[in-house]
Amino acid sequence: MSTLEIKGLVASVAGKQILNGIDLVVRSGEVHAVMGPNGAGKSTLSAVVMGKPGYEVHAGEVLLDGVDLLAMPAWQRAQAGLHLVLQYPSEVPGVGLADMLAEAYRARGRSTDDLVTDVAAEAERINFPVALLDRSLNVDLSGGEKKRNETLQLALLQPKIAILDELDSGLDIDALRDCARRVEAATNETGLGVLAITHYNRLLEELHPDHVHILVKGRIVASGGPELADQLERDGYEAFSGGEAADETAATSALDDLFAI
Amino acid sequence: MSSLISDVIPADAPDRALREAAAERAAGLAVPSPELEVWRYSRIAELDLSASSPAAVRTTVTGAEQVPVADPALIAELVAGMSVHDVFDELNAAYHRTVAISVPAGKVLADPIVVTHHVEGGTAEHGVALYPRLVVHGGADSEFTVIERFESSDDTYAVVVPRLLVHASQAARVSYLGVNLLGANTWQLGHQQSTGERDSTTLLGTVALGGDYARVRTDARVTGQGASTKQVALYYADGNQMHDFRTLQDHMAPKTNSDLLFKGAVQNTAKSVYTGLIRIRENARGSVAFQTNRNLTLSEGAWAESVPNLDIQTNDVKCSHASTVGPVDDEQRFYLESRGIPPEVAERLIVLGFFDDVLNLLPVSSAGTLRADLRARVAEKLQHREPDEVSR
Repeated sequence: MSTLEIKGLVASVAGKQILNGIDLVVRSGEVHAVMGPNGAGKSTLSAVVMGKPGYEVHAGEVLLDGVDLLAMPAWQRAQAGLHLVLQYPSEVPGVGLADMLAEAYRARGRSTDDLVTDVAAEAERINFPVALLDRSLNVDLSGGEKKRNETLQLALLQPKIAILDELDSGLDIDALRDCARRVEAATNETGLGVLAITHYNRLLEELHPDHVHILVKGRIVASGGPELADQLERDGYEAFSGGEAADETAATSALDDLFAI
Repeated sequence: MSSLISDVIPADAPDRALREAAAERAAGLAVPSPELEVWRYSRIAELDLSASSPAAVRTTVTGAEQVPVADPALIAELVAGMSVHDVFDELNAAYHRTVAISVPAGKVLADPIVVTHHVEGGTAEHGVALYPRLVVHGGADSEFTVIERFESSDDTYAVVVPRLLVHASQAARVSYLGVNLLGANTWQLGHQQSTGERDSTTLLGTVALGGDYARVRTDARVTGQGASTKQVALYYADGNQMHDFRTLQDHMAPKTNSDLLFKGAVQNTAKSVYTGLIRIRENARGSVAFQTNRNLTLSEGAWAESVPNLDIQTNDVKCSHASTVGPVDDEQRFYLESRGIPPEVAERLIVLGFFDDVLNLLPVSSAGTLRADLRARVAEKLQHREPDEVSR
């Protein structure tokens, strides 16, 4: 049983504060969805929790089974059991999936003896064309192929907790279904805990979250069960933005007035 | 100068008069100035030629039994057409030790011919200057690979001034690979020329890992319609090394093709220079030329220069060039690290991946052992860095 705890997380990038105090707890086997409009801080949240360089944490904690993740570089967080499925996984020319996974296994002290068969089995399970396994990472892959590839890595590396950063962007409905089902299976088979960050409802129709959180302007403004996603679908983010969106509208209007003079 | 000829070249050498004339001309020439564009950014101003005495290079050849001895008249005719630019070309003409390979028309060689120059004999007090020359002639419709290796130990103080001449006759497929595994106190000042007749294919590969200052100038000419030439290089300078490449893709006939891919890395306080020119002459309509140079700067203190040039004298051509200089991509690094891969391993994967396409283009037939060896050498070089000098 593992627990990822995010407590009062405040962070900025390029001098701009994006996260204004985030609290979330994700346990093994649970699926949490964090939904938010553009600019709410969704990708920043995933980057900060995974430890991407360039982000500054001002306050708060991120703990995995009580271990302080913020004190570690990204690669140690991954070894501790955290995984990030990237929204836009990088192309890495000349580096094959098997080369990369072999190093990831070695870094965890895992044997690579069964790697090739394991990769082939996972590829079949996620409908990732075996012919593409020899390609350089993400080079000349379609959006759907990239996300299947990301999900394949997640399945093989068997983390405790996975963050899915907009898994549903850039892929067709078949790929979305395959990826979501594989993630859901992992929650049952290996007790994977999931923090799925997404803009749209359609991922959740496949992934079936236990908990839904609404992220607006770097804060969780509402938390609830799956019904919250339905409410969001019906009413839009505006209903959850409250006074803060109004503040921005007011500020914009004032500027408009200024320029109108 | 000419008195030295006697020390290095036998008195009864058949080309003795030519050599003495070249030595006389060399005596009247200065080392080129870095003010000249073709020597810009180079370390040539550091060279003191008088500190090194001409000596005979020890060269071994394997695989030559596949071909008959080259016809001296043919080789002399090819050599007479070699261009002479500077004092180094003249010195090579005076002191050269020539290996000549001529593959008869229609012959296809199963194994590469490997020429190895053992650069040795120089000390810190008494350096040596060595002038190997390799002439490669491919008869019509022949197909083969020649590998030329330059080796020296770190305690060898030498200047090696090699010349290469590659001639591909009609429809010949000639591949060449030069491998610089020179030691830390050896300089290399190389000059290569190739010509490709109608429908021929030439591939000129270079791997530069060694040397102190190591320079190769390559003039690849396609002289017959439908001929194509490709140049590929992998270079990696560390410590205080400098690798310096000047390339020319010279289209002298219609419907000719040229392609070039040079990829390099620099680390510590090492430097590299690449300058390349695509020249499409007036009669070379319908030609296609590409040129790509990419450089990784792996330490804050390392420096790489890349200068592509085009000289297009006719319409109806397709040309493009690209050049980049920069550190390892942060997004690639984070991607691999987010999989739990430690930074030094992630960087090794990325750097080896960077060189992967070049390694696959090198003319290496022997089951990839050289390729594996080169990957190991690149990986080994990467470890010669302090953590605080890694560029981010």
